Amino acid sequence: MNAPNSSGWRPEMTSGEAGLAPTSSGDRALALEEALIFELAAPGTTGVDFDHEDEGPMPELAGILRPSPPALPGLSEPEAVRHYTRLSRQNYAIDLGPFPLGSCTMKHNPRLNEKVARMPGFADIHPLQPVETVPGALAVINQLAHWLIALTGMHGVAMTPKAGAHGELCGILCIKAALEARGDPRGVILVPESAHGTNPATAGFAGFAVENIPATADGRVDLAALTARLGPDIAGVMITNPNTCGLFERDMKAICDAVHGAGGYVYCDGANFNAIVGKVRPGDLGIDAMHINLHKTFSTPHGGGGPGSGPVVLSEALSPFGPIPFTARYEDGSIRLIEEEDAGAEHPQTIGRMAAFHGQMGMFTRALTYILSHGADGLRQVAEDAVLNANYVLRSLDDVLEAPFGGAGPCMHEALFSDAGMANGFSTLDIAKGLIDEGFHPMTVYFPLVVHGAMLVEPTETESKAGLDRFIASLRHVVERARAGDATLKSAPHFAPRRRLDETLAARRPRLVWRGDAEAV
Amino acid sequence: MTVYYTKEHEWIAVDGAIGTVGISHFAQGQLGDITFVELPAVGKALKAGEAAAVVDSVKAASDVYAPVTGTVSDVNPALEGEPELVNTDAESGGWLLRLTLSDPGELDGLMDRAAYDAYVAEL
Amino acid sequence: MRYLPLTQDDRTAMLATIGAASVDELFADVPVGLLLAGPVAGLPGHASEMAVERHMAALAGHNMPAGGVPFFLGAGAYRHHVPASVDHLIQRGEFLTAYTPYQPEIAQGTLQVLFEFQTQVARLLGTEIANASMYDGSTACWEAIAMAGRITKRRHAVLSGGLHPHYVATAECMARFTGDTLHTALPVLTPEADDAALIAAIDAETACVVVQYPDILGRIPDIAALTKAAQAHGALLIAVVTDPVALGMLAAPGELGADIVVGEGQSIGVGLQFGGPYLGLFGCREKFVRQMPGRLCGETVDADGRRGFVLTLSTREQHIRREKATSNICTNSGLCALAFSIHMSLLGGAGLARLARRCHARARAVATRLARIPGVSILNHAYASEFTVLLPGDARAAVRHMAKAQVLGGVSLGRLYPQASNLHNALLVCAHEGVSDDDIEALATALEGALA
Repeated sequence: MNAPNSSGWRPEMTSGEAGLAPTSSGDRALALEEALIFELAAPGTTGVDFDHEDEGPMPELAGILRPSPPALPGLSEPEAVRHYTRLSRQNYAIDLGPFPLGSCTMKHNPRLNEKVARMPGFADIHPLQPVETVPGALAVINQLAHWLIALTGMHGVAMTPKAGAHGELCGILCIKAALEARGDPRGVILVPESAHGTNPATAGFAGFAVENIPATADGRVDLAALTARLGPDIAGVMITNPNTCGLFERDMKAICDAVHGAGGYVYCDGANFNAIVGKVRPGDLGIDAMHINLHKTFSTPHGGGGPGSGPVVLSEALSPFGPIPFTARYEDGSIRLIEEEDAGAEHPQTIGRMAAFHGQMGMFTRALTYILSHGADGLRQVAEDAVLNANYVLRSLDDVLEAPFGGAGPCMHEALFSDAGMANGFSTLDIAKGLIDEGFHPMTVYFPLVVHGAMLVEPTETESKAGLDRFIASLRHVVERARAGDATLKSAPHFAPRRRLDETLAARRPRLVWRGDAEAV
Repeated sequence: MTVYYTKEHEWIAVDGAIGTVGISHFAQGQLGDITFVELPAVGKALKAGEAAAVVDSVKAASDVYAPVTGTVSDVNPALEGEPELVNTDAESGGWLLRLTLSDPGELDGLMDRAAYDAYVAEL
Repeated sequence: MRYLPLTQDDRTAMLATIGAASVDELFADVPVGLLLAGPVAGLPGHASEMAVERHMAALAGHNMPAGGVPFFLGAGAYRHHVPASVDHLIQRGEFLTAYTPYQPEIAQGTLQVLFEFQTQVARLLGTEIANASMYDGSTACWEAIAMAGRITKRRHAVLSGGLHPHYVATAECMARFTGDTLHTALPVLTPEADDAALIAAIDAETACVVVQYPDILGRIPDIAALTKAAQAHGALLIAVVTDPVALGMLAAPGELGADIVVGEGQSIGVGLQFGGPYLGLFGCREKFVRQMPGRLCGETVDADGRRGFVLTLSTREQHIRREKATSNICTNSGLCALAFSIHMSLLGGAGLARLARRCHARARAVATRLARIPGVSILNHAYASEFTVLLPGDARAAVRHMAKAQVLGGVSLGRLYPQASNLHNALLVCAHEGVSDDDIEALATALEGALA
């Protein structure tokens, strides 16, 4: 206990400022505070020059004009650059270190992808330009579609869904349409308890009732319980594979056979495709639909919460129902983009349009660049290294952290731990906050729900062994503090831009917009 | 006035044909800081065991069930601005709603204070 | 492989720590026969940065970028000058490579930006509050319809004929499966938005009235009158804004009475990108906050009493409420929201107003010139920066013809409404601040050539 770590820091050293007066600015050297733009801006300031006279509106607009410009603060360019640069320094990011959020697949974002996405031929084309002026854009969509179909062994792919959850919605609507088409309305979707929250939310949003299916003691879907529940009211199941416990669903093929035998369809949540890309083709397991988070497996940047992109690969049974614009594969091997105009003839059973335009083109260019860089061999290496890194974390820490399913064998791309064995009153939250002080982003916490105090660590393939060793050493140190009941851990983080934030206050008295000093907290 | 409890940790204080419903002190402790209470519309008919209200904490939303069948006659107006009353005064000022009971006989299936205390002690 | 740091020695050492003889032992749970023996057949192997860049640049070179030609397209996606600092700032790794701010102590940068963004959006749309973004305008529009259903407990929405057809199609796709019913209409080629027809469709079953402002033809509906009519039947008024730059000049829909205002934020800070990723804006009355979809950032304090920001009211969301959530949305458009917020901060209210007036003035110059072409007329009585041109023949053919002459001259209604032949002679033309007099002359010449 209280042994100094490699930097000489000891837990009782909760503050480096004992006895020092606070600075007059509130900043502390490179730890810079930043006001809101509403507090910084002077009225009328703008950081944009206009090289023309200010012109008045047409008389026909009288009565519908704003009485005065919108009450929006303006900053000059140097003020704006400084504001956002200072704010950026209050963020953790992959570019600073490991971001081991289980299920989220935070891997390195190659900068070539950014460069390519900004080529004017991709960044500066309008979605409704005549198709003759954008053959390169259609080729990007088609080439990416070809890769996604080949890597998954599926029949078709709907490229337009905007993110993973939107892809889930696409797949579930296709299932609903397929059931309607055969005159067999079914109202229930089965979802394991370990599922991402988006799964039941999607099924509910699409008008299905949701029922849970239990897990076995080894963290997988209970095939017997699932089979027993199948029947004429079951539209389908939503299963994540590899699942949210970081385990491959060994019975996936049997599950698919059973569900199909009972007239239902299988939706696979592809959030964890990174673990098996190039190693297993989900189509070989018998699934009917799976979304692929381009921002996970194919490394388009998460951007602090999006944009994502969630193309959905579909089986031959569901492909006819895919949304437009739809990328279909023809018998001669060609792939074509079908829009409203041709849908009646080429794709008559489509569910229709899930969003305006053609999908997340800016993500397609990045993902295709990433895929071409890796190639079929490199993507296989991605999965292998991701799984190797996760198992290395699992086996390097399972002496101090309970690994609920670690005894049964290897994990896939993420290592699942629980907070069993901590001192009384210490839990997963304290370990997460302690990791922040160590300079790491915490793992996913309290998910999956089926494990008490879950900690889900997904290192991804872009962490080096040396980097993993540093992370493992820090996590071990924090866990040892939690096991020993180190009281200073309860108030961690101490060194972050903010200490623990009062989420109860935020929820009880919501302040969602700035309304001036009069209402400051 | 007699107070009854359910296994789902609701209480109902009955005065004639009117029952006042809330969640138990034990339940509020399990839920943590209450941030919001979603109450039913006055006049809504509820069956025993049906979701009547939702109590939110920061990380959870929990259904509160009608202990018995009845019609909502009133809801606690103080909770809109002060949901923390459910934490600080769960079994009095933090009441959620009032029901006009349809079948007082249903109360026989509920626990009294002593039985509830024994039930909680077993959890 | 340049993105994979493990060496072969590392792998060997790590397998020894794990106690596995090979990596394939770690895949032991995959049933025999399903584990591929080698790379997926028929796909190429890895490639150098130089080779990939060359391949992608060749594809990009096959497209006609908007910036290289006289450009007049709108219809839900708009080209405006984006200051260089916007793209520089959003590429800072601390923004670009961060995740959704689940650990607020080390995500205050993203969170403060979201709080500022929510405030900017609310002020722009004229609503009391706004969320941290949706995928895009079309999905935000459906989410608003679904939200109105939850609030009013009614399941029938009345959609204006002036609503973008892709937004209508998005709502139709969802409504078909949710059991909601929609009243829809094709646009009618009249100089003013047909508010009377919309009002006539409202009844006691109506949950909401959805109206685009300005509408798909560039006309400006009377939000105040429509709100009054909707509210008289207990319905909500949803206003949809596809070009928020116009709000630098036009009165804000929320201030005109709209209950929910959604929009496509792309035109501020986010490039065209062939249609995505874009940025869904979502604002509404504060009393509806518990029924809102999507993430919300709120102000609070930390343990030392310092101001800070967190994601809040999460019990509406999928990760907590699961099948009872207000929406299934998880990832939204964070980085696009950042770009919007930076561009909006640079513009400020004064700059946005000037930008809107400049686009409007350029649009008037375009309209004046096109109206001189024999057989061509302008439909609109009033417009902001986009208006409808009536041609003597099929506008799709004219658009293709103009493209061959290196002019991107507008969006034909035939592209948007292939089934409605009575609309096919109409062309949507949109002006931006970068339109020069030469561009206008090139457009006129190209259109004259197309009609010859």
